[in-house]
Amino acid sequence: MKFVTCPSLGRRALSEFNYGGRLEREPDQETVSEKEWADYVFYHNGAPKTQIEWWYHRPTGIWFLFERNTLTDRITKVDFANKGISNEA
Amino acid sequence: MPLRLVKYAWKKSEDEPRFFPDEKPLKKAYDVVIIGGGGHGMACAYYLAKEHGITNVAVLEQGYIGGGNTGRNTTIVRSNYLTSEGVKFYDESLKLFEDLSDDFDLNIFYSTRGHFTLAHTDSAMRTMRWRAEVNKHHGIDSEVVDVDTIKKEVPYMDMSCNGQHPVMGALYHAPGSVARHDAVAWGYARGAQMRGVEIHQKTRVTDIKTKGGKVVGVETDRGFIEAKKVVSMVAGSTPRITEMLDIETPIEIFPLQACVTEPVKPFMDTIVVSGSLHVYVSQSSRGELVMGASVDPAELHSTRSTLDFVEGLTDQMMDLFPFTSRLKIMRQWAGMSDITPDFAPIMGKTDVEGFYLDAGWGTWGFKATPVSGKTMAYTVANDMPHELIKPFSLDRYSKFELVGEKGAASVGH
Repeated sequence: MKFVTCPSLGRRALSEFNYGGRLEREPDQETVSEKEWADYVFYHNGAPKTQIEWWYHRPTGIWFLFERNTLTDRITKVDFANKGISNEA
Repeated sequence: MPLRLVKYAWKKSEDEPRFFPDEKPLKKAYDVVIIGGGGHGMACAYYLAKEHGITNVAVLEQGYIGGGNTGRNTTIVRSNYLTSEGVKFYDESLKLFEDLSDDFDLNIFYSTRGHFTLAHTDSAMRTMRWRAEVNKHHGIDSEVVDVDTIKKEVPYMDMSCNGQHPVMGALYHAPGSVARHDAVAWGYARGAQMRGVEIHQKTRVTDIKTKGGKVVGVETDRGFIEAKKVVSMVAGSTPRITEMLDIETPIEIFPLQACVTEPVKPFMDTIVVSGSLHVYVSQSSRGELVMGASVDPAELHSTRSTLDFVEGLTDQMMDLFPFTSRLKIMRQWAGMSDITPDFAPIMGKTDVEGFYLDAGWGTWGFKATPVSGKTMAYTVANDMPHELIKPFSLDRYSKFELVGEKGAASVGH
C-alpha cells in the first residue's frame, strides 16, 4: 500500500484519497470561445510528466494538491487546496 | 478445424517450419510504417497486404509481438454495446473473429460462451433494456433475462450477492465469446509476413519527421526510415507518439489490472460481468478463472500490479461466487489503457498529412482487433476514413459530438 505524508494529517494510506484529475487553468467562461473551451475540457498532451493534481481525503473532506509524476507514481509535494479557484495556476 | 492438425496426426516427424522467419535488416524506405506490433498493428498490415495489395509495409514493435495490451486483456469478444456506432462496429469485428481460425489456418481457440451482464439496481436494469433494444434494432442477439434464467444458466452463483446487492436480471448476449489473444496477433502477423510485410521487433520509434505538415519518415533506435504514411497503433503508448507531432488528444492513461486463479475443472461455460460490482470473469480453456475489474483510480503510465487491486476484486468476486474463496490467485498483471472521455476509440486521419491514428482503446481494444485492422487499412490505402469509423474521428470532441459509449467494460451504470 502507498502512503502519503500530508500537512495536519500526517502519514495516510493513499487508498483514503480520491483522485480528482490534474490542475489546469480554467478559461474565463464569459469570454471563452468554443475552441478554447474544447481544448480546455478535452485536448491535452497526455505523455508522462510531473503534474499538480487534485486529491480528496474522504475521512476528513479535505482537498489536497499533490505534485506527482505519472510515470514513476512518486508524490513529491503535498499542499492544502485552500485557496479555491485561485489555486488555478 | 485447421486441416494441418489432421495432417500432423498422420505424420511421424515434426517438420513444422519456424513460425516467424529470422528478421531482415531495415530497408531505407517503406510505403507504410505501422508503429506497434500488437493485434491491431498486425491486423492492419494483414488487411493492407491482403485487400489493398500494399505489401511494402514495416511493422515496428518496441518489445515483442503481442506483448502489450494484446497479451494483457481478458480475451472477451462481444458486440452488445450501447450506441449505434459502437454496435455496428463491434458486430463487424465479431463476425470477422468467427472466421479467423480458417483464414489463418491456425487455431485461435475461439469459443462462443454466452455473455451475462448482471444488473443489481433499477437503473442498471434500465440500461440493460436500453442496450437490448439498441442491439435488437441492429439485428444482434441480445435480450434482457430474468433471475430464473440466470439461476439455470449460472447455477453456482450467489444470486443475492451475500445479501448485499441481489441480482435483479441481466443482459444476455449469446454470441459473447473468448479467444486466445496471442494467437490472434500471431495469426495476423504470419498472414501479413507471408504476403511480404516486414515485422521488426525490438525496434523503438524515437521520433516522427515531417516536412511542410507532411510525414516523411520515422526515426528509430536502428536508424531513419523513409515513409509517407505512418500509422500509430500503440494503445497505451499513444500520448508518447502524438507528443512527437504536437498532436493533442483527450487520451489519459490508466492501468487496467487482471488476474487468474489456479486451474480447476471446467465448470463455468458462460462469461459473467457485473458493471455495478466492477468485475468480469470467465474460465479459460486451461481451467483458470480469468478475472478483471475497472481501471486503477489515477492516471499512470505503468504496468505495475498492486495488492489493492486483488483485495478489491476478490472481495466482490466472493460475493458473487462464494466458493472462489478456496482458490488461489496464480498470476496478476496490468496493461496501460488509453481511456477517452466517451469510452469510444479515436480512429482515422489527423491534421498531419500521412499520420493516421488508431487509439483510445481503453478497456475495449481486443474485441475490435479484426475490424480496426480492416477499417484502418482501408483508411490508409484510400486516405479517407472508412464508413464505420467516421464517428470516431479525433476532432469530434471539438465539435462536441461525443459517442457516449457506456456499454464499455466495467463502466458503472
